[in-house]
Amino acid sequence: MSATVDVPLGRRIRPSRRPVVVGGTKHHVEAEAFSVFYGPKQAVCEVSLGIRAGHVTAIIGPSGCGKSTLLRAINRMNDLIPGCRTEGKLMLDGEDVCDPWIDVTSLRRRVGMVFQKPNPFPKSVYDNVAYGARIHGLRSRRRLTEIVERSLRRAALWDEVKDRLRLNALGLSGGQQQRLCIARAIAIEPEILLMDEPTSALDPQATTRIEDLIGELRGDYTVIIVTHNMQQAARISDFTAFLYEGDLIEFGPTMQMFTSPTERRTEDYISGRFG
Amino acid sequence: MQLGTRRLLDRAFSGLGITSILLLGASLLVILAPIVVRGLGAFVFGGTIEHRRLMLEKFGRGDRAQLDAQIAAAKRARQPVYDMIAAFEKELPRLDPARRRELRTSLKELEERIAILLEPAPGTSDPVLWRDQYGQTRWDRAQVKAHDVLFAEQYDYTDPTQMGKKVWVPRAKEFEGTCLAALFPYVQDNLDAMLKPRTTFYWRFLLDKSHDAHFFGGVGPEVLGTLYLAIGSMLFAIPMGVISAVYLVEYASEGRLVSTLRTFINTLAGVPSIVFALFGLAFFINAMHVSESKSVLAGSLTLGLLVLPIVIRASEEAIRAVPQSYREAALSLGAGKGRTVLTVILPAALPGVFTGIVISMGRAAGETAPIIFTAAVSMGNPLGLVETLSQPTPALPWNIYNLCTEHEAVDEIRHVQFGMVLTLVTLVLLLNGAAIVARARISKRLRA
Repeated sequence: MSATVDVPLGRRIRPSRRPVVVGGTKHHVEAEAFSVFYGPKQAVCEVSLGIRAGHVTAIIGPSGCGKSTLLRAINRMNDLIPGCRTEGKLMLDGEDVCDPWIDVTSLRRRVGMVFQKPNPFPKSVYDNVAYGARIHGLRSRRRLTEIVERSLRRAALWDEVKDRLRLNALGLSGGQQQRLCIARAIAIEPEILLMDEPTSALDPQATTRIEDLIGELRGDYTVIIVTHNMQQAARISDFTAFLYEGDLIEFGPTMQMFTSPTERRTEDYISGRFG
Repeated sequence: MQLGTRRLLDRAFSGLGITSILLLGASLLVILAPIVVRGLGAFVFGGTIEHRRLMLEKFGRGDRAQLDAQIAAAKRARQPVYDMIAAFEKELPRLDPARRRELRTSLKELEERIAILLEPAPGTSDPVLWRDQYGQTRWDRAQVKAHDVLFAEQYDYTDPTQMGKKVWVPRAKEFEGTCLAALFPYVQDNLDAMLKPRTTFYWRFLLDKSHDAHFFGGVGPEVLGTLYLAIGSMLFAIPMGVISAVYLVEYASEGRLVSTLRTFINTLAGVPSIVFALFGLAFFINAMHVSESKSVLAGSLTLGLLVLPIVIRASEEAIRAVPQSYREAALSLGAGKGRTVLTVILPAALPGVFTGIVISMGRAAGETAPIIFTAAVSMGNPLGLVETLSQPTPALPWNIYNLCTEHEAVDEIRHVQFGMVLTLVTLVLLLNGAAIVARARISKRLRA
């Protein structure tokens, strides 16, 4: 597969083979010439980048640019899609997550995920948060209750739901449901939290709460967030990656990306000229 | 299109819909109302003194002292009948020979009718069958039999172009001029005193086993057998059906194999039940030897197979309807496929699965053909749990058919037939009702 792709505007973009290194040296997630294919269609083209531990990294780009695909490759959620395959390497702490022999269950335990639409189970609030711990074999009621309370506090939801832990989670508002999903994801203490447009289905107020929450999670978790919303990326992320038609166009500290992008396409996209 | 036309069409359409639903309701009512009314006759009826005597002597129910007084009173009322017959027998030799011969035959017939109505005449030997040991136990039947005492059935052949016409000739006319002529007005006027009808509530119809070919007793073994078969078939159909549905939706990759399988399942759902019955006999009993001969086990397996496609299809739909986001959420939390199915998908699909179970349970309880060859007998005792593995059982659907077509005295036991139908309908409604309530509760828990 060719490493170069034709893009409009007549410029050829040659993705770098060398990982882009930003900031410090510890990379939690590292992609090396990583590609994803849906059947014959290439969704992610030889992307190489390194994501730093404990920071918030935003992936931006127009619809269909492969940002969700890249995100879902990290916890192997693409396995659900028939005909999906990968090339290149995607390393998590130096271990290739695309290796067919790795234990996907323990990978997903290390890499939590929050989805576009809030998707709590049709169970009680308590059972939702305790779900992950339970399937990983925790039976002690006392420990479970501890985990539920800690996770809900961490997701800034405890005060709102502490009196209705036994009620169905589907009775919560959209924003509460999304924070519940975050609590559910961090209840199993992952190292990385993937967020696939977590606020696109929420109203502005709920969005603000989620953004605040992401700010609080920074440092404890490596957060990778896909977003359509440029202001959101600028507000909450430390690093930003700009994807266009499967190619990584630019990757760097958010401040730098939004103030002085090196690529013209980045500038065009950020300033709203396309996408 | 004009707005007026469109409105008219809309209205016509909803009118049509409402009409068809009303028609359906009306036809259901037309079927159900007589079943309920006549079926209740098995539980509530005018019970005569003979009924109470039978209950006391054969089942040990009732107050003996009180009953003895009633029997004595009834006996006093009946005594004139026997006295008149005895007097007539003395009078008989004095009549002229031709009439004597004729009346002797008629008397014999009359005596038989009276024995059927009241009880065997005092002094005759004890009959073997219960139905011959007692008079009429039900007031409605007693009136029919009293009519038989008062009138003789004859055929009128005067018109040679027509078939013989049945006419009822009063026996009083035949015995005119003899001392027996007084018997008929006496029977007509004192039937009440001789039989002492009283409204009886026989709820034990549901529990008692039948006696003397369903002449007496209830449908206890049939009810139990039907329950065994319905629940037994579910024991096979639910796990197999749900597991198959899970496999088809969650595990099998869409391909020619799966679509062929699905076609097979849909075809199986349309196979006539009698074919399943033959298969059950040939496979479960003759080939697999699950039991020596017919048994509840073999019948349950056959019925389970019959309803399996219904369970699979309903479960498949229900599992398919579970939002993909639930699967993603469970998987992203590190649950394996099996765990996801057990902890998230099946609980969310449970209401839909229940619908399939409701429909198939009603079907299994009411199916007749499959159990003819594999499980049902017309008479039997209530089975214990262990006996179901090897013993056949009476069951309501089969016994309804049997009693309506093959019984030696179909007319005498109409109340039992209708009682059975009512019991079966109620049983199925109750089973379905319980399942619907359970379904509603689960649905409520799943929703907010």
